[in-house]
Amino acid sequence: MKTRYLVAVLIALSFYSLFVGVIQLTPADLFGLTSRKAQVLAVSRIPRLVSILLSGMSMSLCGLIMQQLTQNKFVSPTTAGTLDSARLGILISLLLFTSAAPIVKMATAFLFALLGTYTFTKILDRVKFKDAVFIPLVGLMFGGIVNSVSTFIAYRFDLIQNISAWLMGDFSLILQGRYELLYAVVPTLVLAYVYANRFTIAGMGEEIATTLGLNYRQVVNVGLGIVALCTAAVVLTVGTLPFLGLIVPNLISIYRGDHLQRNLTATALLGAVIVLACDILGRIIIYPYEIPINVTLGVLGSGVFIYLIARQYAYGH
Amino acid sequence: MVEVRQVTKRYGAKTVLDNVSLTIEKGALTSLIGPNGAGKSTLLSIIGRLIPADGGEIYIDGKPLPAYGSNELARKLSFLRQSNHVNLRLTVRELVSFGRFPYSQGRLTAADWEVVDRAIESMELGELQHKYLDQLSGGQRQRAFIAMVVAQDTDYIMLDEPLNNLDMKHSVQIMKLLRRLVEESGKGVVVVMHDINFASHYSDHVVAFREGCILYDGKTDDIIEPSVLQEVFGMEIQIGRVCDRRVCVYFT
Repeated sequence: MKTRYLVAVLIALSFYSLFVGVIQLTPADLFGLTSRKAQVLAVSRIPRLVSILLSGMSMSLCGLIMQQLTQNKFVSPTTAGTLDSARLGILISLLLFTSAAPIVKMATAFLFALLGTYTFTKILDRVKFKDAVFIPLVGLMFGGIVNSVSTFIAYRFDLIQNISAWLMGDFSLILQGRYELLYAVVPTLVLAYVYANRFTIAGMGEEIATTLGLNYRQVVNVGLGIVALCTAAVVLTVGTLPFLGLIVPNLISIYRGDHLQRNLTATALLGAVIVLACDILGRIIIYPYEIPINVTLGVLGSGVFIYLIARQYAYGH
Repeated sequence: MVEVRQVTKRYGAKTVLDNVSLTIEKGALTSLIGPNGAGKSTLLSIIGRLIPADGGEIYIDGKPLPAYGSNELARKLSFLRQSNHVNLRLTVRELVSFGRFPYSQGRLTAADWEVVDRAIESMELGELQHKYLDQLSGGQRQRAFIAMVVAQDTDYIMLDEPLNNLDMKHSVQIMKLLRRLVEESGKGVVVVMHDINFASHYSDHVVAFREGCILYDGKTDDIIEPSVLQEVFGMEIQIGRVCDRRVCVYFT
């Protein structure tokens, strides 16, 4: 999984994605753009591409960070209740502040995502599992409980349609002016790079981390903060990207080990490549209609997830 | 010098360390011996700041332990537990390089890499250095962790049963390395030891624990005595001489 191949594939797909859509646009149009075509690019195609890249990168890095901090390969925003908690947060913000500004929604989603993930790590601290496979299952159950609360509230207040929108990851609604919140993930991604070595050391366990002079609690909190912020931003703008944080870091780890500093770039790139590929696929299969990203990604992701579990069994037993 | 002054640790109603005082010198290898549950590992964990004491104080080179910053302490004192479960897929070399974290915060200089190379060399891990930890045997992994501690290059090194999982050859290799660290670099090394013959051959001082108290603390030759060992372990231990060394025979 060489980084330069990933870069090449990502550039090729990015370029291609700009020219997939109902309004005909070809690379030749780039020379001598009509104002209408320039507008299509600026309002729809480029925002869509940027949001795909940012959300793909950040969700896979979130998974990577979570897996290192919990020392479990199956923990990710999807399997730790983070996504479901963020969604509950958005719902609550809609109820409390009826016409909440996006930033308020995001802050609430962030707080809930943080709280949910923190609760999940506390559950992990309390309950010791012999088999690592149980941990994502507990996470999925925990997420299910959070979800049921959301659904209950949504029924009561007639907001079911809203929450199903966040349930569904979809880039087709991304337009200029509706995705800029996603730029909030950029500083957190930079922070992830700064903290990369610390995350790896924290991943060796609290004791080793402490003897190496690392402030373990602080590093874990920074990690959870990054995860919660990215998840909140992505759920709010794009929706759910299932399995991404789970499968991408695992695929990279198989090829390159777990030294975070060396893996960050490859993980981010592969995440972006997978989301972009799934999105393009969803756009061309039933052209001119679209299949939402969570369907294409869900099919691919659950397949890879099963493969990873089977591999773990073949490998560990 | 590490001074332990009247340290006490309780778990619920059980007192695991009862008013323990001890001085650990630099430039000497100190073995902690005693039956299981006598409090040896607990004391090391307290000195390594992994668990808090319920009473008493610890001074390292005259400065109280809580006054140390965590990074400062990591350059002063290293500690390795007896079993280290790391789920990460790291290579031996990567693991050892993390021993330099207290100095470099992850940005290793050429000098840091030199220390890493020497540490790998000292544990004879050269051929294994690009292997992942999960591809190694228990003993090889243990040596990799010890190499990490060596790379940390601290004045004081605390090892909790470092010979666990190791065959005789590698046990001797590690004890010789520890001797070299003591004699050539003047480190203060503290080792929790179960095999009293290893303690007898390689240490300068022996501290004998029993039921949370220190029974004896002295030069190796004064402790490796039948009467002393009988009191510590509660079993008859004979001591013979082979090649001018004391050998404890405890198979009765």
